[in-house]
Amino acid sequence: MDKLKVQVSPHIRSAVSTQKIMLMVLIALAPAGIAGIVIFGLRALLLMAVCVVACVFFEWLYCKLAKKEIPVGDLSAVVTGLLLAYNLPVGLPIWEAIVGCAFAIIVVKQLFGGIGKNFANPAITARIFLLAAFASEMTTWAAPRASLVANATDALTTATPLGMINEGLVEALPSYSQLFWGVTGGSLGETCVPALLIGGIFLIVMRVIQPTIPLVYIGGVAVFSLLFGQDPLYQVMSGGLLLGAFFMATDYVTSPATTKGKIIFALGCALLTSAIRCFGSYPEGVSFSILIMNIITPLIDRFCVTKPFGAIEPKEAAK
Amino acid sequence: MKKHLNGVKVPHHKGTSEKQIVWMDVPEKVTIPMSQQIGPPCEPLVAVGDEVKVGQKIGFADHPMSVPIHASVSGKVTAIEDFLTPMGAMTKAIIITADKLQEKDPAIAPPVVTDHASFVQAVRDSGLVGLGGASFPTFIKLNPKDLASVTTLVVNAAECEPFITADDRGMRELSDKLFVGIEAVRKYLELEQVIIGVEDNKPAAIAHLREKETDTLKVQSLRSRYPQGGEKVLIYETTGKVVGEGKLPADVGVIVMNVTSLITLGQYLLTGEPLTYRCVTVAGSAIANPQNVMVYLGTSYQDVIDFCGGFSQEPGAVFMGGPMMGICVYDLSFPVLKNNNAIVALSKKDVVEDKESPCINCGRCISACPFNLMPTNIDRALAAGDVEMLKELKVNLCMECGSCAFVCPAKRQLVVSNKLAKKKLMNAGKR
Ligand code: SF4
Ligand code: SF4
Repeated sequence: MDKLKVQVSPHIRSAVSTQKIMLMVLIALAPAGIAGIVIFGLRALLLMAVCVVACVFFEWLYCKLAKKEIPVGDLSAVVTGLLLAYNLPVGLPIWEAIVGCAFAIIVVKQLFGGIGKNFANPAITARIFLLAAFASEMTTWAAPRASLVANATDALTTATPLGMINEGLVEALPSYSQLFWGVTGGSLGETCVPALLIGGIFLIVMRVIQPTIPLVYIGGVAVFSLLFGQDPLYQVMSGGLLLGAFFMATDYVTSPATTKGKIIFALGCALLTSAIRCFGSYPEGVSFSILIMNIITPLIDRFCVTKPFGAIEPKEAAK
Repeated sequence: MKKHLNGVKVPHHKGTSEKQIVWMDVPEKVTIPMSQQIGPPCEPLVAVGDEVKVGQKIGFADHPMSVPIHASVSGKVTAIEDFLTPMGAMTKAIIITADKLQEKDPAIAPPVVTDHASFVQAVRDSGLVGLGGASFPTFIKLNPKDLASVTTLVVNAAECEPFITADDRGMRELSDKLFVGIEAVRKYLELEQVIIGVEDNKPAAIAHLREKETDTLKVQSLRSRYPQGGEKVLIYETTGKVVGEGKLPADVGVIVMNVTSLITLGQYLLTGEPLTYRCVTVAGSAIANPQNVMVYLGTSYQDVIDFCGGFSQEPGAVFMGGPMMGICVYDLSFPVLKNNNAIVALSKKDVVEDKESPCINCGRCISACPFNLMPTNIDRALAAGDVEMLKELKVNLCMECGSCAFVCPAKRQLVVSNKLAKKKLMNAGKR
């Protein structure tokens, strides 16, 4: 008989692993990706494939060069690639998307120490970086495929609903139903409400994420929109809110771990999003809001420690 | 409704719960270590070559915490050797080669108990320590500083660890002795109420004990959420009382006793037979015929496992206790100790080999911890060597239940970190 293994308890572990969590996220992202292909055509598929491959490649390359263990097996680079693709206009030149992937993986993720150590969500930070670097390409929105839109024009590009509101083009706004199904201008994976809801609910049901952040974020945007004199339903369904609230603000690494912290984080995201949308020069504020809240997450974490069961507060102990 | 403490859903694996306790044969020899309790090790009271009888006192130390150790078989002392305890300490062990006659020590007679003091002495003489795993001397527990303020006995029958059903079987088969034990504790400590806390995955035991319910003796069904059997968790879930940092259950008027300890106590009061055997659940994927076995203390794991049909698959690891908090034994010559409620042997493929990966800050460990600790923060503070932070995070409250490590998707060794962190705090305190 071989030697018996000697290890510290516990000797059994739950089946949940980092890799399985990432796989769940990928499954949850699938409906929005399919919707993206249906709405914007095969170019969407190409963009997704490029981003996923590029992210995995850069992770592999960096770890190889830095002589780090290669963690591609945890699927986190695949998630980053897909999320980044969902945040890009479908018509973005491929090479620019690849630059974004390099930025996400190498600068935001690996230079800070790899999975678990990045201070901000790689996909969101890369999107903002691309917006700064390639402003016009990043705001040129491919129009949904003509067959899907009743009053279709031949235009190849269009504005996003939030862009139209920002410009005051209220007559051209898509209807609620167009907005709901996502046949509007926008990033690849952000427009189709039912697809994102299915994915988000899947994550909650599978206990990958807690409902706290999405509920508070989305609810918060509705309330703040109302306060700022906007149509809350329209605001909730437009832009990157649902994608951001379910898939990016809930990124474990860059959001607080405690429930109290999550509520503060999500409220901050909601307030910033609504404020940028209403008062800022950019029509959309989801990415900026999440990035800003990512950055102050360590601060939130510091103030949201749990109270241990039966612990004596330092003050009481002094007595 | 009061809030429940956190916990985790662990697999139950209670496949042995419907099997009657079977008595094991007397083994060829037993190994009886002199350190089987929290507190000082005993000194051997016999020498090589001595004949011993069942129930004869063979180990004791002149120390206020010491609990005697008794011979579990009759026969001859053939050696007194060095023995490495699972905690890594060296002690002596008395080896008795059994004559298989099981002659009882003639001195054995039911104890004469008339008041609290003689009751405590009897409990001490019985050799009883916490049989649920803690191995804390029972007589000390029953002799709290402020006896008058203790009003409640909580019987720990949660048995929240996977695989283990020894308490479950004991409640169903030996409840007469259990109630003798309970009544004695109630009488001599002048308690007002008794609460038996049982996880709701043992409906038969609950129904059986409920027949004896009275106004002052309640059976409480607990939700099956590990670790219900943690002492502070159990007190909170049954009485709502919070045992604060650095406090004992008696400080909130509660005494907690394991159900098998009470059964053994009942038996001692009835017959005067001290603790020389106990019920052990033998289970796990590598055991051919999992069951509950009444084992003479000191019987080797090899003998017990052979009695259960041996291994059905090559074992990867064997634990003393359950898989959540049990200790790995390094060798099957290891003997069954007083506090050993289970022998769990997992096959090679069931032994976790997960590599640690970086924390992804998912917060699962925090929501799993019954005491609201923040294991990931402790892990990080330990890595950074931040003693102040470790103090602030109250790592000393950790009961090492393993819930946090169980749920961690990054498979971080959080219990190891917590142990190291406690050690670090202790060392820092010394300096
Ligand atoms: S920190 Fe300690 S008490 Fe909390 S779950 Fe982990 S092992 Fe259990
Ligand atoms: S459960 Fe593991 S991965 Fe999640 S926060 Fe705790 S230590 Fe980190």
